[in-house]
Amino acid sequence: MTLAGRGASVALNSLEKRYEGFGAVRGVSIDIRSGEFLTLLGPSGSGKTTTLMMIAGFETPSAGDIAIDGRSVVALPAHRRNIGMVFQNYALFPHLTVAENIGFPLKQRGVAKAERARLVEEALELVRLPGYGTRQPRQLSGGQQQRVALARAIVFKPRLLLMDEPLGALDKQLRESLQLEMRRLHADLGITFIYVTHDQEEALTMSDRIAVMHEGRVAQIGPPEELYDRPENRFVAAFIGESNFLPATVRGREEGHVVAECAGSLVRATCTTNPAPGESVTLAARPERLRFVDGGWPAPPPANRLAVTVTEAVFVGERCRYVLRTGDGTSLVLKEPSSAATRRRVAGETAEVAWSVADTILV
Amino acid sequence: MSEAIAPALLAPGRTAGMNWRRLVPLLLVAPLVLFMLALYALPVLAMLSRSLLEPAPTLAHYAELAGDEVFHRIFTNTLWTTLVVTAGTLVLGYPVAMGLARARTLLPLLLIIVLLPFWTSVLVRSYAWMVLLGRHGLVNEALLAMGMLDRPLRILNTPLAVHIAMVHILLPYMILPIANALRQIDPSLARAAAGLGAGPWAVFRQVTLPLSMPGVMAGILLVFVLSLGFYITPALVGGPRDMTLSMLIAQRVEQLDWAYAATLSAVLLATALVIIAIFQRAFGVGTAFRMSAR
Amino acid sequence: MKGLRILGGGVLTLLLIFLAAPILLVGIVSFSSATYLTFPPPEFGLRWYRAYLGSRDWLDATWLSIAVAAAVVVVSTVLGTLAALGLARLPRGLRVAATGLILSPLIVPGIVVAIGVYYAYSRYGLVGSPLGLVLAHSCLAVPFVVTSVSASLAGLDPRLEQAALSLGATPLGTFRQVTLPLIRPGVLVGALFAFITSFDELIVSLFISGSGAVTLPRRMWDDLRYAIDPTIAAVSTLTVVLTAALMGAAHWLKRRGERQGLHSP
Repeated sequence: MTLAGRGASVALNSLEKRYEGFGAVRGVSIDIRSGEFLTLLGPSGSGKTTTLMMIAGFETPSAGDIAIDGRSVVALPAHRRNIGMVFQNYALFPHLTVAENIGFPLKQRGVAKAERARLVEEALELVRLPGYGTRQPRQLSGGQQQRVALARAIVFKPRLLLMDEPLGALDKQLRESLQLEMRRLHADLGITFIYVTHDQEEALTMSDRIAVMHEGRVAQIGPPEELYDRPENRFVAAFIGESNFLPATVRGREEGHVVAECAGSLVRATCTTNPAPGESVTLAARPERLRFVDGGWPAPPPANRLAVTVTEAVFVGERCRYVLRTGDGTSLVLKEPSSAATRRRVAGETAEVAWSVADTILV
Repeated sequence: MSEAIAPALLAPGRTAGMNWRRLVPLLLVAPLVLFMLALYALPVLAMLSRSLLEPAPTLAHYAELAGDEVFHRIFTNTLWTTLVVTAGTLVLGYPVAMGLARARTLLPLLLIIVLLPFWTSVLVRSYAWMVLLGRHGLVNEALLAMGMLDRPLRILNTPLAVHIAMVHILLPYMILPIANALRQIDPSLARAAAGLGAGPWAVFRQVTLPLSMPGVMAGILLVFVLSLGFYITPALVGGPRDMTLSMLIAQRVEQLDWAYAATLSAVLLATALVIIAIFQRAFGVGTAFRMSAR
Repeated sequence: MKGLRILGGGVLTLLLIFLAAPILLVGIVSFSSATYLTFPPPEFGLRWYRAYLGSRDWLDATWLSIAVAAAVVVVSTVLGTLAALGLARLPRGLRVAATGLILSPLIVPGIVVAIGVYYAYSRYGLVGSPLGLVLAHSCLAVPFVVTSVSASLAGLDPRLEQAALSLGATPLGTFRQVTLPLIRPGVLVGALFAFITSFDELIVSLFISGSGAVTLPRRMWDDLRYAIDPTIAAVSTLTVVLTAALMGAAHWLKRRGERQGLHSP
């Protein structure tokens, strides 16, 4: 199956879905490129699944438009959209065998029996389950059922594949191996994937781009690194990874950075907006990017520094986790890779932490 | 992507699709609703309307009923029978339900024994009691043979026969909801209570019984309402003095006294509905009838 | 504690005997060779079964009951299944009203239904005809079909239907290939209940079977009012065996449906 470059482009334009006054999706606009792996990431109730259901055709938008390859599909019923979909809990037909499940979409399209058998076997090989055709779905493990669901969703060569938390029911190890497999499949097939999950790690591992959803809107959209390194708002900073939030007051600008006063010290932050001096702002910094100044890693300049007191120290194995308190009482978390060579700090001792200006984000 | 894909342009197709989709469930339900309206609901309502329209719009038939001694006696008798039967099924059904809820290896056997009468028609079960309680029935023969009687007792065609047969017939309706409720009680609760020093009786009184109340209430409601309308059993095993409301209605229809029969039917139906409404309000068990599906 | 157990076991055994004995007794009496009812029977034989099989009246009534029940199965299963499918998707207000009407035969006392039906059917020549029985019995059987099918539908994962649609099946194709096979146990259970409801029905039949459409329960009723002839014991035993077999089948289907787990894991 060489279908590289055969993915559909999808344009969501001011998409809205209201249920009796409650807005589940409130103006979502995303352009998804042909062959892209886009993840809709958000907590439950953020509108990600509703958005996916509208693309699939199971929900009708209250307003806005969905275009696939430039053509609006809003008026098209689900069964004529030709979109592959993998469901939460797989939704394999319990009364059909594995082969009948995978052959189902081909049968609907009038594919002859012999050809159907050939394509089914090909799809089973693609998901690494050759020879499983005669089994009943309930005889398979969760991971195997997941692969069958995947095979069923791609056997008819759709140009767009939707996935609704497909790995949610599996254990961590299986989830990780299937994540890699999905990436491989995405690369092999070259079709567009839209993936819904609430698991940020999953989203970071697999996606070309992630749209973080919050209360029916897109909070930020971009490649994983961008979302992690430069969150545009507090929600994204907190939802993806862990973040420290420091209250600060803007004092001025300097070489493209904002200078702000925080717990008695002046710190610099990268910033896309232009806050006025005197304005109260919040700065975000990732715990693993904070360092003790007297530790093994002297912070590369330009660096921000703060005096802190250690209030809690936890050894987690691969790393140490410290809870610190600044002079104005704000709590900070610092994560340090553990090493027998570094001195472990104890609660009550004072220290100085530093981190790079590039890792300081005004949110 | 242009901003201006006007949602309004898409609206006609969209709403048409939605209207059509909304219509499908209606079209699916309509045949049955029309069928039942034409062949059951409207016939019953037409018959009931005779109580208000004979000969002209009037409430006279209901007023007449209020002063009718025969009606009073039979209505009281029907309610009394219903109460006795409900109490009887509760007292006899609760232990069986407990057995059913606790059984493990014997469960299939217990289930068959409880369900067998459930699966047998009321007519056949009433007949069984005619055989058992008759002058030369098994009960009399056995008591005579054991020398406990000199001559056969008259049981058939007495209120006692009606009560015994109705309790037997309605027992499964009491047993099944209670067993259902008992099965849902976490067994560790009783163990915990026992661990806290409660004796078997205290555990039953303070844990098992209160937690099984929803099932008990559902059972009481089912048995009460079903026995209120009993006709076949009292007609077969009861005596002439054991007339129930249903039998009186049938008798008046045979005499073609439609106005009177309709008035009685309205009273019977209203009594049942009032009881259901009270139970639904007080205990929220109105859905019991869904599971009365044998 | 142990004494309590034994006491409990004893009470339970007595109650179970009370439940089962009357029906078993009818079975025993039916094999009696005596001309009148005595217990225990002096000798066993098939005399009363022969009497039943040799009687035109009894056999005609039996066949009529079976034919009416079969027709009731068709009418109530088709109408009830369609309605159950629609009910789940109806707006709340309409759904409550329609459900109320459809389930009301479970609540309305039998005699009220019977004379209401008699009152109306007699005007349209439906009294004394098998058609009248089929129509009235169908109304009484429908609640069982609707509850049974609705229960299956409630256990059906809506994602299975969505999956079928996403794979290109039309709404009708989805119903035929996915929904119907998965709710089939519920439909069959409903159909069995419908059959037994009609087959055992007596009160409505008393009023509308007239002399032209005497069903088996009606024939038994007439017989019971005159003389208790052991033929009736044979007939009763046969109907108990038939309904118990059908009910057992329904029960087994229901359990199997539950085990098959319509919910995905």
